[in-house]
Amino acid sequence: MAERLLEVEDLEVSFVTEDGVVRAVDGVSFSLDRGEVVAIVGESGSGKSVTVMTLMGLTRSPNARFGGSARLGDRDLVGASERELESIRGQEIAMIFQDPISSLSPVHRIGDQIVEQIRAHEKISKAAAFDRAVDLMERVGIPRARDRARAYPHEFSGGMRQRAMIAMALSLSPGVLIADEPTTALDVTIQAQILNEIKQLSQEGDSGVIFVTHDLGVVADIADRVLVMYAGRVVEQGTLDEIFYDPQHPYTWGLLGSVTRMDREPPRRLPAIPGQPPSLANTPEGCHFRPRCPHAFDRCTEVPPLESRVPESPEHTDRCWLDVAEKRARREVDGRIGLNAAVPS
Amino acid sequence: MARFIVRRSISAVALLIATSFLVFSFFELIPSYNPARAIAGRDANQTTVNEVARKFDLNKPFYIQYANTMKLVFTGQVIDYTDDLNVVDQFRQRLPVTVSLVVPAAILWLVTSVLLGSVSALRVGRLTDRGVMVAAIIGVSVPIFLLAALLLYLFAYKLTWFPNTGYTHFGDSPTQWAYHLILPWISIATLSVGFYSRVLRSNLLDMVNQDFVRTARAKGLPRRQVFIRHVLRNSIMPIITLFGLDFALLLGGAALVTETVFNLPGIGQYEASAIGNLDVPPILVGSIFTAFFVVAFGALVDLLYAVLDPRIRLSG
Repeated sequence: MAERLLEVEDLEVSFVTEDGVVRAVDGVSFSLDRGEVVAIVGESGSGKSVTVMTLMGLTRSPNARFGGSARLGDRDLVGASERELESIRGQEIAMIFQDPISSLSPVHRIGDQIVEQIRAHEKISKAAAFDRAVDLMERVGIPRARDRARAYPHEFSGGMRQRAMIAMALSLSPGVLIADEPTTALDVTIQAQILNEIKQLSQEGDSGVIFVTHDLGVVADIADRVLVMYAGRVVEQGTLDEIFYDPQHPYTWGLLGSVTRMDREPPRRLPAIPGQPPSLANTPEGCHFRPRCPHAFDRCTEVPPLESRVPESPEHTDRCWLDVAEKRARREVDGRIGLNAAVPS
Repeated sequence: MARFIVRRSISAVALLIATSFLVFSFFELIPSYNPARAIAGRDANQTTVNEVARKFDLNKPFYIQYANTMKLVFTGQVIDYTDDLNVVDQFRQRLPVTVSLVVPAAILWLVTSVLLGSVSALRVGRLTDRGVMVAAIIGVSVPIFLLAALLLYLFAYKLTWFPNTGYTHFGDSPTQWAYHLILPWISIATLSVGFYSRVLRSNLLDMVNQDFVRTARAKGLPRRQVFIRHVLRNSIMPIITLFGLDFALLLGGAALVTETVFNLPGIGQYEASAIGNLDVPPILVGSIFTAFFVVAFGALVDLLYAVLDPRIRLSG
């Protein structure tokens, strides 16, 4: 079995606001092994970004409350001191952010921004750190890296900036690499190149990657395992094949059903999940998806635990009370998976 | 760069001419304004006044008077009406006093407002922040003549910690120089500290939530480095703009209240008495002087901007 890097257990994050307590992350558990890509998918506000930022301690603020644990080696990231986190950040866990223009400092040279990170963790000379920054930039495919390292972020294209971000994230060979929608701001061809870079990294076997996205096409490209999040909870978790070919939770069906496919006749109307995600300050009782779910029944007012419900794949877990056979019957819509508004009788 | 300097110089000349012309014109609108009588003296009879008016071309249309006066200004021969002193010489003698007052005060207010603004932003919402912000409001609101008078009364008259007004040249005794200037420095700096620290605080608070600050933290940089190299560094620009203008105005004589209250023989004091006497030449030279500093520091600020922010290109 692969080496376990990260073990998140029952992670809870809530923010005290004027509108009440917002439960952004409500009991999330997952693990990450070396060489593995775990994708976290869900719509905006599902808690996926808050989950990964909490792992780095970036959500800490006077009005934030935390629960559960996230173990990296023998340390717990949730309870770690700010000082401990400073040495973990960038060195053991690194992060690639969504928008590479706003995520790089506009007034510092690209190379210097990488050097800064290296020197925060290692006692080496500026020149040596700069040479390493140039090597890293070459490795992620930035041409003429030695010249380009002296350029400022606004002199880079979007794709090159994101490569620079990746070079920075890799500068201390972190065990865990978190990519928070790294390709959302990029056009499709650049997106494919960036995904390839990230995939290669995980295949080289040193890092585990947590990949946050709302794009199921990207997930299909890159992920080994998938967590589907909805309103602060993981509603389904399994391997890529399990999630795409045997999805158990109606929300996952809805997500898969709303993907348009190039290899099929386009539908007259793009399928969408009806309704809106709930406010996290005021979530519905029981299953959070209940108000939008056409298959909801009496029992859904009780919170379904995240547990294995498919006998033949014990690692595949979900939060839906429906019977497996029932689920498999109900998710078929016009010969493909989807969230059917009309319940078959 | 050359283009920048040329264009700035052209606009500087245009601004100097426009300012001086406007200032000169204003005096034509003042009903009691009579330069001939001012030159002739209070007790002179009408014949003498007429004589003076003829001699100095004061009967000619005002644009000709303006041209004549400007000629005198630029040949350095202009003389004030009240004391018959060469105005340019006066400025030359008084500039060191004003510089002694303004430069250390500027350093004082910059350093203090960066410290207070930072402390306030780092402790946002807590007691320290509120205390600093209330103090800043008071600093902005207290009129400078009142503050200067209060400082004098309390520290020079009641407690006698500091001398009761006056000025000593730096060359004569640096310690006496500083000793005489501490209260004036404080009274000039207070207003700016109040204003700058509030501006900086709000810039810092905007900047703290920027994505690149989150990146800096995600890199594992120590808190202090994140704050100084990323947050503060990117928040300092508006302060520099304010500073360029304020500093230029004060050097040009805008410290006249402080110089008058503390009896410092600087440009501002000269200007204040000239305004009281409706004495045009010093006011004219003063406005040209101020306009020159405003343009020069405006250009310097733009240069500094281009150095501090690589996204900015210089333009005329």
